[in-house]
Amino acid sequence: MIESSLKQLSTALQAKQLSSVELTRLYLDRISSLNPTLNAFITVDPDKSLAMAAAADARIAAGQAGPLTGVPIAHKDIFCTEGWLTSAGSKILSNFVSPYNAHVIEQFNAAGSVILGKLNMDEFAMGSSNENSYYGPVKNPWDLQAVPGGSSGGSAAAVAARLAPAVTATDTGGSIRQPAGFCGVTGIKPTYGNVSRYGMIAFASSLDQGGPIAKTAEDCALLLNVMAGFDARDATSLDRPKEDYTRDLAQPLTGLRIGLPKEYFGDGLSNDVAAAIDTAIGEFKKLGAEVVEVSLPRSRLAIAAYYVIAPAEASSNLSRFDGVRYGRRAAEYTDLNDMYKKSRAEGFGTEVKRRILTGTYVLSHGYYDAYYIKAQQLRRLIANDFQDALKQCDVIMGPVAPTVAWNLGEKADDPVAMYLADIYTLAINLAGLPGMSIPVGFGAKHRPVGLQIIGNYFAEAKMLNIAHQYQQATDWHLQAPAL
Amino acid sequence: MSLSLDDVKRIANLSRLDVSDAEAEQVLAKLNGIFGLIEEMRAVDTTGVAPMSHAQDVYLRLREDVVTETDRRDAFQAVAPQTEAGLYLVPKVIE
Repeated sequence: MIESSLKQLSTALQAKQLSSVELTRLYLDRISSLNPTLNAFITVDPDKSLAMAAAADARIAAGQAGPLTGVPIAHKDIFCTEGWLTSAGSKILSNFVSPYNAHVIEQFNAAGSVILGKLNMDEFAMGSSNENSYYGPVKNPWDLQAVPGGSSGGSAAAVAARLAPAVTATDTGGSIRQPAGFCGVTGIKPTYGNVSRYGMIAFASSLDQGGPIAKTAEDCALLLNVMAGFDARDATSLDRPKEDYTRDLAQPLTGLRIGLPKEYFGDGLSNDVAAAIDTAIGEFKKLGAEVVEVSLPRSRLAIAAYYVIAPAEASSNLSRFDGVRYGRRAAEYTDLNDMYKKSRAEGFGTEVKRRILTGTYVLSHGYYDAYYIKAQQLRRLIANDFQDALKQCDVIMGPVAPTVAWNLGEKADDPVAMYLADIYTLAINLAGLPGMSIPVGFGAKHRPVGLQIIGNYFAEAKMLNIAHQYQQATDWHLQAPAL
Repeated sequence: MSLSLDDVKRIANLSRLDVSDAEAEQVLAKLNGIFGLIEEMRAVDTTGVAPMSHAQDVYLRLREDVVTETDRRDAFQAVAPQTEAGLYLVPKVIE
């Protein structure tokens, strides 16, 4: 059962071959057994989950079920979930039981899904390895010595280890695609504005985007059908008609033009990752696609622009954590300013503090034009580069990361090395484009390799079609780690 | 460019972060490494390029000037560190 797709689970539930309570209990038992090793979940509340499952069973019995009714879904701990601890992986929110639901949670609740628990993550989604959580690092299910990727490391690890059939995640600079790649699962970051950010604890508001991670592209399409859509409470939510992301899954790939950016295949890309990507591109050619070389000349500069813009927005967004309205307050202080400073110093971890300091500096008087405005100008040039490339092809493909997952602790003390590992993912967030990762093989130490697919704005259905057709022809997405 | 220890302390103060001398020393080298990376973009000619502050060129929607939210003060204040009579309590600011 744990290898079943969402569609298979839904069919079994609606045919009453098993109940949602039975299915939920199966996953809760598996979490109980494996989470002490993997640390993918921060919060599990069996009573709450089983009550939701019982309600879903009643809904199915009444003939009112939708495609995801009764299916257990786990959520990244960045989505505010009413009545559940919502920590964003941070000590400063380690006592925050949310009084309201994020839009995404509302959508899943309305669909009748069961909340399986809250997933571990890098603190405030800042990180590329999931080693920055107050709740400790997540382990990669394929190799317990390896990082699962970040910041949605708990999300990707949970799917890979079959602790949840599907999960939610967020992506600010690659945090869906990179952990999905490192853990051998499928994830999609939608076009910016396609999934409401209401109730998603903000890191960098102009870059953050929620999306799903699951075993297959088809499952991601079903999840996106629930998650995506206009929400008036998010000022950046796009007012577009609701889409069915499964609509094009069966389309053949004959004539598909794949752009390969030459900058993604140069120095820095490891041989094992390059070989797996090359084999995958060969498979797409067999499916009828043709390949063209494209150029994204400012790829490396995207790192610099990103690490100005993201910390700038983070320093602003995280100013709300001051120990006044929610979250932890320092026990001892002398005055209001001291209370702010001590509460924040005690509550935030090292990487978060580093980004707040970086952001404050680039926004400070005398440096705003030189750094922040400059980065915003560069951002436009980077977005233009993508549009130029996408005139020559339907989608762009390349690696998700230059290497397979690295060892726990390997880059923990070197932020620049960690940031450079995001070289293929950051620019997509700056441009607001959709991107996804699908498993395409294994590299060194039998650690998974992810292929990145980048589409134009609102090309999610096409990208899911491309990924689905690949997954019909290969079985990388069906492979699971031995645990 | 290179940050000094005084820069770090000044930024920490602006950021409302209590940073000890030892922490400031530790963070200094890391921040200088990050700014070394960031410096690469300053060589790019961006003359005449309009800053892109958002991924989509959206403009702020307007809504009807009507009350749409219910009063949930009790629920929201239940998670506050300290409240009294519906107010958030902070240390005394004015003697």
